Amino acid sequence: MLPPFPENLDKDQEKQYTAAWWNIFFLVIGSIKALLLVICVIFVFLLFDIQPTAFWKKKEINYTTKSTYVPIVDADDRIENGIHVSSGLKFDENFELVRANCTACHSGKLIAQNRATREGWQQMIRWMQATQNLWDLGSKEPKILDYLEKHYAPQEVGRRATIDVAEVEWYILNIE
Amino acid sequence: MNNIKDTKTQNAFWSKRYKERIMSYLEFLKRTNKMHQKDKQNNSRRAFLKNTSLSAIPFSLGLGMLPFPNWKMVETGVRPFPILPEKHPELVVLNDRPINAETPPHLLDERITPNDLFFVRNNGIYPEKTTIKKEAWTLTIEGESVRQKKAYTLKQLQEQFTNHTYQLTLECGGNGRKEFNPPAKGNQWSTGAVGCATWTGVRLKDVLQDVGLKEDAVYIGYYGKDTHLSGDAAKVPISRGVPISKALEAESLIAWSMNGEDIPTLNGYPLRLVFGGWPASCSGKWLYKIVVRNKKHDGAKMAAPSYSVPCTPVASGAKVLNEDMCTIEAMPVKSLITYPRTGATIALGQRLPIRGHAWSGSTKVREVFYSINFGATWKKCQLTQPTNRHAWQHFSALIDFPTVGYFEVWARAVDDTGRSQPMLLPGWNPKGYLNNACHRIAVKIS
Repeated sequence: MLPPFPENLDKDQEKQYTAAWWNIFFLVIGSIKALLLVICVIFVFLLFDIQPTAFWKKKEINYTTKSTYVPIVDADDRIENGIHVSSGLKFDENFELVRANCTACHSGKLIAQNRATREGWQQMIRWMQATQNLWDLGSKEPKILDYLEKHYAPQEVGRRATIDVAEVEWYILNIE
Repeated sequence: MNNIKDTKTQNAFWSKRYKERIMSYLEFLKRTNKMHQKDKQNNSRRAFLKNTSLSAIPFSLGLGMLPFPNWKMVETGVRPFPILPEKHPELVVLNDRPINAETPPHLLDERITPNDLFFVRNNGIYPEKTTIKKEAWTLTIEGESVRQKKAYTLKQLQEQFTNHTYQLTLECGGNGRKEFNPPAKGNQWSTGAVGCATWTGVRLKDVLQDVGLKEDAVYIGYYGKDTHLSGDAAKVPISRGVPISKALEAESLIAWSMNGEDIPTLNGYPLRLVFGGWPASCSGKWLYKIVVRNKKHDGAKMAAPSYSVPCTPVASGAKVLNEDMCTIEAMPVKSLITYPRTGATIALGQRLPIRGHAWSGSTKVREVFYSINFGATWKKCQLTQPTNRHAWQHFSALIDFPTVGYFEVWARAVDDTGRSQPMLLPGWNPKGYLNNACHRIAVKIS
């Protein structure tokens, strides 16, 4: 199994050669083992969403200590399924007007999660003008209201909506 | 798992799970990368908007730093929300300016809500942690109904007064707003604007006693270091308070510690008020001033329609005049199923364990029931006693299901005065407050 030794070795030299070859053999095996271990660790980290620093830095790795008030603009200025991703608003006629006039102060998500009639949206604008320093929207106001009325009108759900079964993520619960 | 014979379902489940794990790790890498870029971008939002043409924005922040060349592919379908400072990445961000985020029910399963899972309801722009010197922080007590104006440093508060620790439940007055119809404007909270933490601080009562109250004191109001969204320095984003009787309760705290740690920035670091059981907006954050008033406090968002409901019941969608609105005080009885997460599938013959919390703003919870047949029959859950007043209680039950099929588990709490949670929405009000309708989860038996 071992490679051939030089000829005419005495017993001691032969022993030394054998030992040397075994050393090299185990070195190689050891390196392969170490490499496999590292790969396994990396795989486990990826699989279970463990942060590499989780062991010495408790939890903090997920967080930033500074505010993130710079708008989320980078790669998210995209349209997906008719939604402008970074603002969360429907991408349609008059979208730019809404973005320019509304999202300077508050997030587009605040608009997207609300529902109101044209009159209701107008009341909100009046309230913001009276108390929140919103400027006069002039001739843009009817266009903005067109947009809001079209995309964010109330839906009839009765006294209480049922669970939206289509939205439920079914999973198998493992009970001990 | 073992009881589900359908291997196809199992495979689909696990491959989805692995995919999620890997995706969330990639998302984490992306986030750290983004945060790095944002730290460098030391601009205010408005200045940034002014200086940058919108169409140029996608290209202004280089993609070169990303760890993978084909990053765009990975990014598809990832939520565009920022990760909030000191907060769990799975909080649902309703609004990022001001920051408002709620906790999904299954993440509220722990008996004491951890700091990173505690919901965030901000009205203005919060002060950066880096700008706050904890040692130099002072609290001033003033107003027409104190005998003297007096200021305390945080250290003086800690050393001069007895420290107290209580478990106190804070719930946003608008928690559950999402379900009202016609819809009410504002953040559309579903169920997660609630949490119960262990707060440490001094009693507001002790501090007010040290300052000295006049006979005519009826209300206290707070001021915090957050700033108005519009950037107008003269405007106060929010300054609310409570009647003096609530202020003098033993559990009403000026707190600097949450679960044994500094309060997270978004929850009011370094000092805040905590009035358990009342709309959380009463519990001022980044607290630097308390005023003792000889009339109802008149700070920002004290007056109707803010945190107010019609004094007498109205029909859905009715117009209500401000003078017919009354300020909300104690929050109503409510409960939340925190285990299992909605969508659980088990095999027929297995018993489903459920658990959750129940609370009531004015009294304790007497009983919690569950129903698996939309209220036709109710069974009692086990219920713990509260650790102290305004701490939430924990319920649990083991449920047997009669057949296979689709079920919903509904939980209903009853408070000590006999008032129960409604199964339908409670009385409609213009701003969508006080929805304490029963929480429910979907379950499949196969």
